[in-house]
Amino acid sequence: MSVIYVLLSISLVVAVIFFAAFIVSVKSGQYDDTYTPSVRILFEDELVKTSPILKGRNTKSLKKLEIKKKSIKLKKRREHMG
Amino acid sequence: MFYKTKAVHFCTRYRQMLRFVDKELCYHCGEVCENTSIHIDDKNFCCTGCKTVYEIFSDNGLSYYYDLQAAAGAIPKEVVCKYNFLDSPTIVDRLTEFSDGNLQIVNLYIPHIHCSSCIWILENLHKLNLFIRSSQVDFPRKTVRITYNSHEISLKQLVMLLTRIGYEPSISLDDFDNQKKPIDRSLIYKLGIAGFAFGNVMFLSFPEYFDLASSKTTGGEFWLNQYQDVFRWLMFTFSLPVVFYADRDYFISAYKGLRSKLLNIDVPIALGILVLFLRSTVEIIFDWGSGFFDSLTGLVFFLLLGKFFQQKTYSFLSFERDYKSYFPIAVTRITSDGKEETTQVHDIKKGDRLLIRNEEIIPVDAILKTGHARIDYSFVTGEAEPLKKESGDTIFAGGKQLNGAIELEAVKSVSQSYLTQLWGNSIFHQDKSSTFQTLTDSIGKRFTFSVLTIAFVATSYWLYRNPTMALNVFTSVLIIACPCAIALASPFTLGNMLRIFGRKKFYLKDTRTIEQLARIDTAIFDKTGTITSAKKSTATYEGMALTPDEESLLKNTLRASNHPLSRTLYQLLAEQNIMTLDEYEEHVGKGVTGSKDKSHIKIGSADFVGIPVPGSVHKTSVHISSNDLYKGCYIFHNQYREGLEVLFESMSETLQLAILSGDNEAEKTRLEQLLPKLTPLYFNQKPENKLRFIKSLQEKGRKVLMVGDGLNDAGALAQSDVGITISENISVFSPACDGILDASKFQQLNDYIKASKQAVKIIKLSFALSLLYNIVGLYFAVTGQLQPVIAAILMPLSSISIVAFTTFMTNVLGRKLP
Repeated sequence: MSVIYVLLSISLVVAVIFFAAFIVSVKSGQYDDTYTPSVRILFEDELVKTSPILKGRNTKSLKKLEIKKKSIKLKKRREHMG
Repeated sequence: MFYKTKAVHFCTRYRQMLRFVDKELCYHCGEVCENTSIHIDDKNFCCTGCKTVYEIFSDNGLSYYYDLQAAAGAIPKEVVCKYNFLDSPTIVDRLTEFSDGNLQIVNLYIPHIHCSSCIWILENLHKLNLFIRSSQVDFPRKTVRITYNSHEISLKQLVMLLTRIGYEPSISLDDFDNQKKPIDRSLIYKLGIAGFAFGNVMFLSFPEYFDLASSKTTGGEFWLNQYQDVFRWLMFTFSLPVVFYADRDYFISAYKGLRSKLLNIDVPIALGILVLFLRSTVEIIFDWGSGFFDSLTGLVFFLLLGKFFQQKTYSFLSFERDYKSYFPIAVTRITSDGKEETTQVHDIKKGDRLLIRNEEIIPVDAILKTGHARIDYSFVTGEAEPLKKESGDTIFAGGKQLNGAIELEAVKSVSQSYLTQLWGNSIFHQDKSSTFQTLTDSIGKRFTFSVLTIAFVATSYWLYRNPTMALNVFTSVLIIACPCAIALASPFTLGNMLRIFGRKKFYLKDTRTIEQLARIDTAIFDKTGTITSAKKSTATYEGMALTPDEESLLKNTLRASNHPLSRTLYQLLAEQNIMTLDEYEEHVGKGVTGSKDKSHIKIGSADFVGIPVPGSVHKTSVHISSNDLYKGCYIFHNQYREGLEVLFESMSETLQLAILSGDNEAEKTRLEQLLPKLTPLYFNQKPENKLRFIKSLQEKGRKVLMVGDGLNDAGALAQSDVGITISENISVFSPACDGILDASKFQQLNDYIKASKQAVKIIKLSFALSLLYNIVGLYFAVTGQLQPVIAAILMPLSSISIVAFTTFMTNVLGRKLP
């Protein structure tokens, strides 16, 4: 088969993939509101990460701390077993 | 901590005293703080409401709200029983989008959404309540979609939470009655498909562009000759979804036009597309040439782009509202055994007893049973001042109670009430756009006719000269004459104009309205709320001059009163030092009394202060007596909008003007002074009268612009050729209309009308320009020399240059607008 068929079919497949992606994104409602995401994208970093119960504390670092504590406990246990 | 805040408080006060700063702005809402301001964390707040919201936000780590945008908040309204109807499962069921017993999703319209702070706070609602799973703001529509755990937080609690932080959602009868319509995304799909096909076909046409003369018989590029058919059939395949799906609307519109014996612009477009497709297909089948698939897909793509551009852009505004958007969903009904229950408005029957609280809207025609009613009808009938009603009086639906709670007995159901009957008029069920012939359509008619003539003349000439060329010429003429550029001129000019107007706070429903606006010759204005300002009013004092002590006592007594007239008068009076009254009493429906040291003051109706009722009852006045001695009265006047005289003066040069008011004649003499001489003034006009008045003008062949604001104008707005509502706050209710004008831009109304006229001139100019292209193209077509490449160049070139021309011209026009 001539190389041109290969090239054509590759280009077609790529085009159709992009087209399908477009249809899927429209269907999922991504084009219904084209303004808000442009504002939303600028927020992420400034989020003050506190929740009503853990007032004033950073939940992410808290979780990390818990994980660390757990791993230390596990190590100690293993040492005991060993 | 307490001492610290106190100290900070003292310091700021002291600093302000030193600097002679007399106005301080609220940190939360940006309003000017009056003397009652509160100071916390070195920040000023105008009221406890704003302070509370600030505390909620800062306690929950959401103080970033204030960093994003300064003073973005709103003063939270105090609601106690307003949302009791959200306890009813049937109502909740109608309002929510999704509910599986545990998880609920609701989409709420919040008029206050206006900046990035609003988006941020509403999308972080889960910080305020753990059981809110997620929330997503749609800024253009001013809605927020909230997913929450309905076992833990009910819809009512959610709405109360939003209200507490100053984001009160607007929930009306309309939300209850109308189920959510699915969003129509077909135009985006069509545009996507046409663009996809256009790009790929152009890409596949390149071999033909570069090696035009090549074919198997004449020699030429081997590669291209070898694979010519593959390329051509691929192009054919790409054009299929365009012809059978993307351009469907043009065929439907052309068919509809032909059936009603109307040659609209879509007829030559549909004909052009059809001929392009058929001729191209025939050409590749018989191997005569490459066809015009590139022009075909490009044409459809550009046309759809134009359509996309003139689509409605203000999704947060609704131009189709009726009384339902204004009415509440439910009211409180008193059952026969004296209990209160929430009832859906549609379920109210004749004879039901209803409890209407302060600031609530009366949903049905009723008889007042107990309580003193002061009903604000300004929105319904145009009367400027609230009406007093005593028990036994009939109260019409649509009024707003201003003075405490009242009990009513319903005499009609909602749909049969005086106000709602107006919507039974046939004018509300007519589609204005179907009866209006646009400029493009009227040009299209002549255009189609001449194109067909040229096609037949040229074909018969070639039949005589060289019959083999005849069909070629016939199809060429139809292809090249396809009025792509003409069809684009109007959407791009008007679409751009629509956006320019939008930036100037003049929001129009669609592009058709601009064309209509350019044609009007008569302008009718409503009075209350349209040419008068709803917020501001002025008062003049008549009688004995007040001593400084009396003035101070007057202002301080008014400060305590919540009566609308007291509030208005309080705002108008000069600043006084705050003092605590020894005694204060409010006599509902009559007036207030206050005393300090040995002097006391009575403020209220003439009857209340002890003088006979004056002759002119039309005028609203507040009488004052000090130490039982009658001093005088404040008489309130409507405050006319700034620049009214200038506007009417300039409009009267080109337009016939008239005032059509639902109010009484109290302001007649003042209006006569303000407006150009001999402007007709009509008073005491009922909503139906207004509608009929407009209709009678139209029957005389006039094109009428109606400018109004309230529900009482709804009929006139619908009947008129262009109905424009004036709104102080565009996000609150406005009746069905063609355009909404922000009250601050009222003076510019005539400039906007003039700009519309110029926009229509621009369209006519671009018609001339595109005709030039057509003549050039027709030369090639008629002489039988139309090559695909010429069509492929000429079509996009004409389209793009028309788009560039109209965009440039409208921007120049927009820059001139104030």
